[in-house]
Amino acid sequence: MSAQRPAASANDPAIKVTGLSKRFADAGPLVLDRINLRIEPGEFVCLLGASGCGKSTLLNIIAGLEQPTSGTVSVASGNAAVMFQDAALFPWLSARHNVEIALALRGVPRAQRRSQALELLDIVSLRDAAEKRPHELSGGMRQRVALARSLAQDRPVLLMDEPFAALDAITRDLLHEQLELVWRQTRRTIVFVTHNVREAARLGQRVLLMSSRPGRIANEWRVEDTGQRRIESPEVASLAIEITDQLRKEIRRNAA
Amino acid sequence: MPPETTLAPPEAEVRPPNDLRTLESGLDALQTAPVAEKRAWRRFVAGVLPPVLFLIVLIVAWQVYVVVAHPRPDRFPGPLDVINALDDAWSTGRVQLAVATSLGRGALGFLIAVAIGTPLGLLLAEVRLVRRALGPLISGLQVLPSVAWVPAAIIWFGLSDATVYFVVIMGAVPSIANGLVSGIDQVPPQLRRVGIVLGASRLQLATLVVLPAAMPGYVGGLKQGWAFSWRSLMAAEIIATGGTMGFGLGSMLQQNRELADLAGVLTTILLILAIGILIELVAFAPVERKLLRGRGLLITRNSK
Repeated sequence: MSAQRPAASANDPAIKVTGLSKRFADAGPLVLDRINLRIEPGEFVCLLGASGCGKSTLLNIIAGLEQPTSGTVSVASGNAAVMFQDAALFPWLSARHNVEIALALRGVPRAQRRSQALELLDIVSLRDAAEKRPHELSGGMRQRVALARSLAQDRPVLLMDEPFAALDAITRDLLHEQLELVWRQTRRTIVFVTHNVREAARLGQRVLLMSSRPGRIANEWRVEDTGQRRIESPEVASLAIEITDQLRKEIRRNAA
Repeated sequence: MPPETTLAPPEAEVRPPNDLRTLESGLDALQTAPVAEKRAWRRFVAGVLPPVLFLIVLIVAWQVYVVVAHPRPDRFPGPLDVINALDDAWSTGRVQLAVATSLGRGALGFLIAVAIGTPLGLLLAEVRLVRRALGPLISGLQVLPSVAWVPAAIIWFGLSDATVYFVVIMGAVPSIANGLVSGIDQVPPQLRRVGIVLGASRLQLATLVVLPAAMPGYVGGLKQGWAFSWRSLMAAEIIATGGTMGFGLGSMLQQNRELADLAGVLTTILLILAIGILIELVAFAPVERKLLRGRGLLITRNSK
């Protein structure tokens, strides 16, 4: 992946995917089929689909963790920050050191790491828990540390693979608010993979629906940004109904 | 690494509004239970008292049997005979010499085994071809009693310290290497992916992610490696005596047997056992405990 400088032109997309296909084995089924995608800087895109539609694979390819079988991917700034479904914190390090290791690998001088890590933890309201180990934190707190750690990477693009899927509804609701706040204030480009239609309708500025086997982008909705939405609000509900209807249609096509 | 593109300037300006903050801290407080640390003396009472009491009961029962049944003292010495034998051996300096010799050999042999077993384990874990070729052999060697090497070692190295070290190393290296391999195998793949995503090089991935994550397995391997070192050492010292071999606990055991001094034999066995337990308690248990506790892997059964 070559590092394209986003400063070069304001028209450069944050992520550009061209004709991307993926098979896991040479004779294996087509997982992703000629996907074209252009994501502008600062967009919040939700990638929605049923299990096994290849949305995580697409995300992993954008993240550089997997290679496409054909097609190209370019990410402005070279690489992206990634958050996974499990927080995947290093269990032998405190919350602060988990953030500091990201700063260290980014090349931040040692003297500045501590204060920067604490500031990042403060964004996710975890400054007081900075010295705790992951096993002493709740699931939601761990995901917030993981969010702080991915912010520490200081990449314009943040990829999230079902980051809140394992959390309870109350915690998830708060994390939606948290994430939206981070997005509004840092203007990062976020690609958020989920199988939760409401979550996609709640968070996304663009919602991309993927069909399964092979994975293609079946439809796209743009949500007018009118400030903070709530997951209970009628606009979110009516969008979710519309998306669910089409999602079910896509799933039915797979019936024998 | 490309020059950084700095986003919305200092992150510190991104502050959640107060209501979200208080909501989050309220939920955090609800979802995390404070861990009640047991006090040190309670831990002591719970951990040390039962085995010590059991030991005392055992010794009392032994003494009672001796007093009541009057077995032949050369066939079944009592605890007092054993203590006397220890006292005798101590006053002649044999105990001190034997313990110093054996501990010195055990420690040096173990350290050499660590120095060999660690890179070997790394190779086995990270290079697939090495794993395929050498893996079964190393696992097999772990099963082979290292006493079996003594005759060969005597032929190769004669009755010298080299024989002892060879047997100790053959006993300990497979355990250490296998411990490291299983530690590395158990590193969750997700942690490696995080390391890659964070931009770690191959070397950084190994030193910052894989090795720390593999520590519990590695320390388990070291512990077993020490146990095997100590056993192999005793076996070697019992079989190989004379020549330029020093006087270790195994030699003392063998000497007492030749003198048909059962009290002396029992004294030596108890010494060997006690040193094994002591090293385990003083050197390995605290390290393992700290390691597991730090990762939340230590199951503490709260009495509450």
